[in-house]
Amino acid sequence: MKPKRRRLIFVIVAVTVLGAAATLVLTAFDENLVFFLTPSELAIRDVDPGRRFRLGGLVEEGSVEKVDDGIETRFRVTDLSAAVPVRYRGLLPDLFREGQGVVTEGAMGLDGVFVASNVLAKHDENYMPAEVAEALKKSGKWQGDKGRNAPDNW
Amino acid sequence: MITEIGHFALVLALAVALLQGSLPLIGAWRGIVGLVGLARPAAIVQFFLVALAFGCLMTAFITSDFSVINVANNSHSAKPLLYKIAGVWGNHEGSLLLWVLILTFFGAAVAVFGRNLPAAFRARVLAVQALIGIGFLLFVVFTSNPFLRVFPPPMDGGGLNPLLQDPGLAFHPPLLYLGYVGFSTAFSFAIAALIEGRIDPVWGRWVRPWVLGAWCALTGGIALGSWWAYYELGWGGWWFWDPVENASFMPWLAGTALLHSVIVVEKRDALKTWTVLLAILTFSLSLLGTFLVRSGVLTSVHAFATDPARGVFILAFLVIVVGSSLVLFAARASSLKGWGYFAPISREGFLVLNNLFLAAAVGTVFLGTLYPLFLDALTGEKVSVGPPFFERTFVPIMVPLVVLMAVGPLLKWKRSDILGIAGRLKAGVLGAMLVVVVALTWADARSALALAGMALAGWLLIGCMAILAERAKFSSGQVGQSLIRLARTPTATWGNAIAHLGVAIFILGVTASETWQIEKLQIMRPGESVQVGDYRFTFEGSEPLAGPNYTAVRGTFQVHHKGAPFVRLSPEQRHYPVPPMTTTEAAIYPMISGDLYAVVGDPNGTGGWSTRIYYKPLVSWIWGGALVMMLGGLMSLMDRRHRVGAPARRRLLKSPAAQEVA
Amino acid sequence: MSFRHLVPFILFVVVVVSLGVGLTLKPKEIPSALINLPVPDFQLPPLEGKTNGLASDNLRTGSVQVVNVFASWCLPCRDEHPFLMQLAKSGRATVNGINYKDKPEKVAKWLAEVGDPFARIGADLEGRVSIDWGVYGVPETFIVDGAGRIRMKYLGPLDNSDRTTAFLECLDTIARGGDQCSK
Repeated sequence: MKPKRRRLIFVIVAVTVLGAAATLVLTAFDENLVFFLTPSELAIRDVDPGRRFRLGGLVEEGSVEKVDDGIETRFRVTDLSAAVPVRYRGLLPDLFREGQGVVTEGAMGLDGVFVASNVLAKHDENYMPAEVAEALKKSGKWQGDKGRNAPDNW
Repeated sequence: MITEIGHFALVLALAVALLQGSLPLIGAWRGIVGLVGLARPAAIVQFFLVALAFGCLMTAFITSDFSVINVANNSHSAKPLLYKIAGVWGNHEGSLLLWVLILTFFGAAVAVFGRNLPAAFRARVLAVQALIGIGFLLFVVFTSNPFLRVFPPPMDGGGLNPLLQDPGLAFHPPLLYLGYVGFSTAFSFAIAALIEGRIDPVWGRWVRPWVLGAWCALTGGIALGSWWAYYELGWGGWWFWDPVENASFMPWLAGTALLHSVIVVEKRDALKTWTVLLAILTFSLSLLGTFLVRSGVLTSVHAFATDPARGVFILAFLVIVVGSSLVLFAARASSLKGWGYFAPISREGFLVLNNLFLAAAVGTVFLGTLYPLFLDALTGEKVSVGPPFFERTFVPIMVPLVVLMAVGPLLKWKRSDILGIAGRLKAGVLGAMLVVVVALTWADARSALALAGMALAGWLLIGCMAILAERAKFSSGQVGQSLIRLARTPTATWGNAIAHLGVAIFILGVTASETWQIEKLQIMRPGESVQVGDYRFTFEGSEPLAGPNYTAVRGTFQVHHKGAPFVRLSPEQRHYPVPPMTTTEAAIYPMISGDLYAVVGDPNGTGGWSTRIYYKPLVSWIWGGALVMMLGGLMSLMDRRHRVGAPARRRLLKSPAAQEVA
Repeated sequence: MSFRHLVPFILFVVVVVSLGVGLTLKPKEIPSALINLPVPDFQLPPLEGKTNGLASDNLRTGSVQVVNVFASWCLPCRDEHPFLMQLAKSGRATVNGINYKDKPEKVAKWLAEVGDPFARIGADLEGRVSIDWGVYGVPETFIVDGAGRIRMKYLGPLDNSDRTTAFLECLDTIARGGDQCSK
C-alpha cells in the first residue's frame, strides 16, 4: 500500500469513529436530557405525564407521611409559592428532612402526583437560588455551640 | 507559633518557586550553566518548604488548635485521630495545600531521579513545574490561606462532614491527587520538549515512567472513591457519573491514551504531535477537574468550596496555563515532524485506534459533564445529564475498544499479517463462548446485552493470556522451555497482560452485578425474614448504640445460606451531633462470588423498620479489576528498561540541549 | 504555525468562554420586587400565650424596624439567632418576627431555649402572609423604614459574614434617614 492510501484509511477510520461518537452523543442528548423544574415552573409549563424531569425545592414542613406500612413516602415539594405532591417508594437519603432542599427525579403520574424514582437530598446550589441554597448548606454546618461563642463583631 | 512557621514556609516556597520558574529557563536559553544548575536544588527546597507548611497544618489539626479558622471550621476535639489527619485535606484550603505538596513532590522527584536527563532539558521541566506551582501557591496564599487565625478561638470546632469520616475517603484525595497532579510531570516534559522544538524516542522513554506512575495512582484513587460511594452512600451504586467523578475520570481516559501513544513515540518515533497534545490535554483536564470541584460551577455531593471568587481565580489560571501551552503548541508543533504512515494492521496502527476511541470517550464524557453548564450559559435553562446519557454513549465506544484490545498486543510493530493472527483470534472467540456458557449455566440469561458483556470479557481474557502464551511459545509443545521463556518475559510484558486482564475482570464484575443483582425493599418486624437468592435474611431488631462522636441505631440480620447459619450483618444509621447529620452505614459481607448488602432505614412507628437488602454477584470484581489494572501498571513501571535513572543512555548526549550546556 | 495546530487552542477558547459565562450566571442576589414599596397589608395573630401579634400598622411607627421570618424547624434560623439577640439588645432597631408554618408548642419551646429577641411576633401558620412578603425561604430578614417601606431584603442567615456587615450598614443608613441602601 502506498503511504497516501494508508493515510486515507486512517482518516476514514478516524472520521467514522468520531462521527459515530457524535451521533451517539446527539441522540442520547435528545432522549436523556433531564430538565430541572421548580413547582412554580411546573405550574406554568405543560409537561406530559411520563416525561422524565427533575423537580426541586424544599420538602414542605409537615407534609411527609409514610403509607403502605412505611415503604412508600409521600411529601410535597415546594418553592414557597407552589407545591407539588410527590410519592416515592424506597429508602430516603440521609440528608432528607422536612424544610430541607430536595431534588427528585421522575415523571408526573396521571393523577397529578409526581412519581419519583430517585430522591436526592443534596445541599445543592444549582437547583435553587444561591441564597436559599446557601441557607440550606449552612444548616448542614450548623454548630450547636455557636450561640455561646458567637464572635462579637459589632 | 507552629501555624506562623507554616505560613512563613508557604510564602518562602512561593519565593523559591518564582526563582525556579524563571532563572533556569533563562539559563537554558542563554546557556548559563549556573542558572541551569539552580533548578535541581530549588525544586528540592521548594518541596521541603511546602512539606513543612503541610506538616504545620497537620499539627494544628492533630492538636485541635481552634485558633486557626480552618481547624475550627473543619475539625472537632471529639474526632478520632485518623479523621483529624484526614480533616487536613477534607476542606478547600487544606486540599489545595495537598495539591501543591504533591506538585512539588513530583518536581523534587524529577530533580532527584532525573539525573540522566540533559541538564538544560531538566532545568526547563523543573521551571515549568515551578510555574504551575506559582499559580497554585498564589491561590493558596491569597485566597485560600489555611493558616488564618480567629480571635477569640471557639470552644470547639465545627466538625467534618460525617459522610467524609471514613477510612476509604480519608485516603481517597491523596491518591487521587497523586494521579491528577502526577500528570503535571508529563505536561512539563511536553512543554520543555516544545520549547526545545524536538521530540525523539528518548523523550518517550523519559516520560513513560511518570505517566505510568500517575496513571496507577489515579486508577487507585478513582477505584477507592467508587468503593467509598458503594459502601458509604447506602444506595448500592458504585458509579454515578457525577460531575466530580467525571472530573477525575476524564484525565484518566486521556492519561490512558497518553500511556499508549507514548509507547508509539518510543518505539516508532511517530505520533509525536498528537502525544504532546495529549500530554497537555491530560493535565488540562486535571486542572479542569480541580476547577469544577473547587468552583462549585457544577454541583455534586463532593463539593465543599463553592466560592465564585475562587472559581474565577482557577479559571484565570486555567486560561493562562492551558492557553499559553496551546499557543506554544500551535507555534512549535510543525517542527515535531514524524507522522509516519503506518500499516493499518500493526501494533502502532492499533495503538492509534486505541487513542481514537479513548479520545472519543473523553469527548462524550466532557460534553455530558459540561453541557448543562453550556446550556445554562446560553439559555438559562437548567438540565441535568444523567447516567442514561453516559451509558448510551460511553459504552458503545468502549465495546470496540475492548474488542481491539485483545488483538493489539498480539500484533507486531511495523506490519503484521491478518492471517497470522486469525488463528489466535479463534481461541479468543472460543474463550468468549466459554464464558457465556458458564454464565448461562450459573445463572439465567437476563438480556442479550449482559451476554455480550460476558462474551467481551471472555474474549479479552483469552487475549491477555495469549500475550504471555505467545512469548512462551507454548504451541511448540516443550513445556519446560516455555516456562523458562515465560520467566524471562520482561516485566513490562507481564504488566501489559495483567493490566488488560484487569479490564476483563472489571467488565465481568460490572456485567454480572448489573444483570443478576437482586434487590429487596420492605418493612420488617423483628423475627421476620426475607429470601434473597440463596440467602435468607432474618431481622433480629434494632438497638441504640453510642459511638465515639455519634449515636446510632444498629439493626441486626441473621443470614442463613441454604438453611445453615452463615453470617450476621449489622447495618447502622448514625446521627452525628456536630454538624448534625444522619448517615447510613450499610452492612456488607463481601465474597468473591458476590456481596450481601443490607441497609436499615427509618422505623415506621408500629414496630417495623424499612430495610433494603441486595445480593450483588461479582460486584467486588469491579474494584478487584481496577486493582489488577493498577498492579499491571506498577509491574510495567518496575521494568528495568523503564526505571527512572536506569542505564545511561548514550543517545542522550546527542541532544543539542545537552551539548549547549556542556 | 499551521492552522491545523491552532485548532486545539480555538476549541479551548470556546470552552473557557462558556465556563466564564457559567461562573457569572449564578444569581447571587435575588432582587425583591418589594424593595422601596410599602409593606403588604396584613394582620397576624400572636403566638399562643403571647399578646403581641404583628400587623402592617405596627411597622409604620416612624422608626426603623427589622422583620425576621423564622421557624423553629429551620436550622439556619438557630444559626442566626445570637445575632438577632444582640441586635435587639443593642437597640439599633426594633426586631419583629414572622413565625413561618410552625407548631405553636414547638416555637414556644424554641424561644424559651434560645431566647426571644422579638418585640412582636406574628404567627403565619398557613404561610399566606409570607407569600405576600415574597418570602422565598426561611430565614429571611427585611429592613423596614419609619414610613413602613421595605428597604432591604436579606436572604439566608445573618451569620456574621460580609453580607451581615452590609445588612448592618443598611440599617444604619435607614436609621440616619437615608432612603437607599446601595446594593
